[in-house]
Amino acid sequence: MAEKKQTVMAASGDQMVAEAFRQANPDVLPVYPITPQTIIVEEFDKFVADGKVHTEFVPVESEHSAMAAAIGASAAGARTVTATASQGLAYMWEELYVAAGMRLPIVMANANRALSAPINIHGDHSDIMGCRDTGWIMLFAENAQEAYDDTLISFRVAEHPDVMLPVATTLDGFITSHALDRAELMDDETVAEFVGQYKPAHSLLDTEDPVSYGMFANLGNFYMETKLGQRKAMENSFKVLREAGAEWEKLSGRPFEFVKTYGMEDAERVIVVMGSSIGNARAVARELRANGEKVGVVGLRVFRPFPAYDLVAALKGAKAIAIMDRCETIGGQGGPLWSETVAAMATAGVSIPTRNYIYGLGGADVTLEILYQIYEDLKELPAAAEKGDVIGVTYVGARTSAKDSQSNLVANSQTAAHKG
Amino acid sequence: MPNLTEIRWHARAGQGAVTASRLVAETAMDDGQYFQSMPEFGAERQGAPLRAFTRISSDPIEIHNNILNPDIVIVLDETLLPTIDVCEGMKEDGILLINTRMTPEEVREVSVEVPAGVQVRTVDASNIAVETIGRDIPNTPIAGALAKVTNVINVDSLKKYVKNSFAEKFPEKVVEGNIASIDRAYEEVH
Repeated sequence: MAEKKQTVMAASGDQMVAEAFRQANPDVLPVYPITPQTIIVEEFDKFVADGKVHTEFVPVESEHSAMAAAIGASAAGARTVTATASQGLAYMWEELYVAAGMRLPIVMANANRALSAPINIHGDHSDIMGCRDTGWIMLFAENAQEAYDDTLISFRVAEHPDVMLPVATTLDGFITSHALDRAELMDDETVAEFVGQYKPAHSLLDTEDPVSYGMFANLGNFYMETKLGQRKAMENSFKVLREAGAEWEKLSGRPFEFVKTYGMEDAERVIVVMGSSIGNARAVARELRANGEKVGVVGLRVFRPFPAYDLVAALKGAKAIAIMDRCETIGGQGGPLWSETVAAMATAGVSIPTRNYIYGLGGADVTLEILYQIYEDLKELPAAAEKGDVIGVTYVGARTSAKDSQSNLVANSQTAAHKG
Repeated sequence: MPNLTEIRWHARAGQGAVTASRLVAETAMDDGQYFQSMPEFGAERQGAPLRAFTRISSDPIEIHNNILNPDIVIVLDETLLPTIDVCEGMKEDGILLINTRMTPEEVREVSVEVPAGVQVRTVDASNIAVETIGRDIPNTPIAGALAKVTNVINVDSLKKYVKNSFAEKFPEKVVEGNIASIDRAYEEVH
């Protein structure tokens, strides 16, 4: 192997994903453009035109067709990638389950974006959280560098014989997808060796070993056993992700952790968050810690499989936990990150008061002020929990009247409402 | 982050503010700095007011949000001054750099309320662009002026970057025009 070489780039997250796709040299890329993912396929289309990849680029007429074509190509034995966002991902929804149930190692980049209505093109996790139960592995990048690294690692985990599941490698719309950031690009040879060639154990085009995909499984429990197989594959992905991540760290010098922690050696008040706002929380925690405050940050990079073990290990010394969700689950008790975190702690017998904060919807700016306010708010949480008055979510950065500042906390306590 | 410099750009869509913010960020990259550059995406239409943000730092930049308290504000179009509070949230000792024929004193007198501690600098970047590049694209000369009024980017690094990166896309005459526009803005900024 030639000596590995990394080049510093000024690139958007979307560009870095396109570079990762180029280096993985997929066989097929079916796609329909949608903001803020479009740069990925624009850049990739140039690579196709310039002959830098051997990929069959299939411009289809909708995202539904994009996923249908991806499923067909992947079942045929092709390394298959696509990219989407928002309404596009929603339009793929029924087929996301098909890709996972057929155990097809499709790698899809999602530029996380709000869902209509009202229409909004900006970053939040409303779209991607809609597929949290579809059986896809889900990674959340904090910045352009992680978007690149995650995309490369995705191929390793998706195509591993013990896993064989589709992966959604995600980056926050505009904030990460479009902002120019500093990122390092690994040389093509090193990546080619790391990603490897995809050799499917079975494929539709292998006439020596004829197989069928997506068979009728109505009677005899085969459906249920298929689901059990998917769950086991997802569990297997922990080990594969850890190993591939460690190998990538050896090559790149950049760690791949399911759960990134800051200040957790002694933190009492903690923020749990995903995606591009992790750094904002870390910057605020750094300031507060410099003043002697015991605060910390836990940022998740992997959401599916949910890293309950690592997360509880990080949180168990905390006294009050803010869990930040960048999407709504209206009618539910809290956002998906909150639900999972609370369930993980409860299962492990760890009882720490939590509060769920809904933030950054439709690209609402995640100011540092908001994070200072959350850390402040956490001071009162243990006392509120004693009184049993912690049902409901708290909105941050939403106005309730024209006079409000953007950074107001709006406590939406449902305790009274629940009593009717 | 004591070494962090935050720049907010005010322009109209089509004037090259995004390119300018990229130019500044990539020049900083060549000097080994960390950077971030992001336009504020709204309804894209030619001539609409837009903002863009650039961060430059000697340390890795981990925050991802809009710049609310800029150290430097750059205005590429003086017709924005009556309608947009370009000084909003500026640091007390910030720098306001404007593409205009006006002198800094005239800006303070006639155009916009500038906090006392803020340093106003002006350069006729549009005119310089017309005379050197042949078109009213004020973004390259304004970067030259920025190099003069702050130490956030180095003028030689800027010229080297423009020379190398523009040469891939443009004929030599255009590259030379851009270099000349940087030199002139560097000299002529008030």
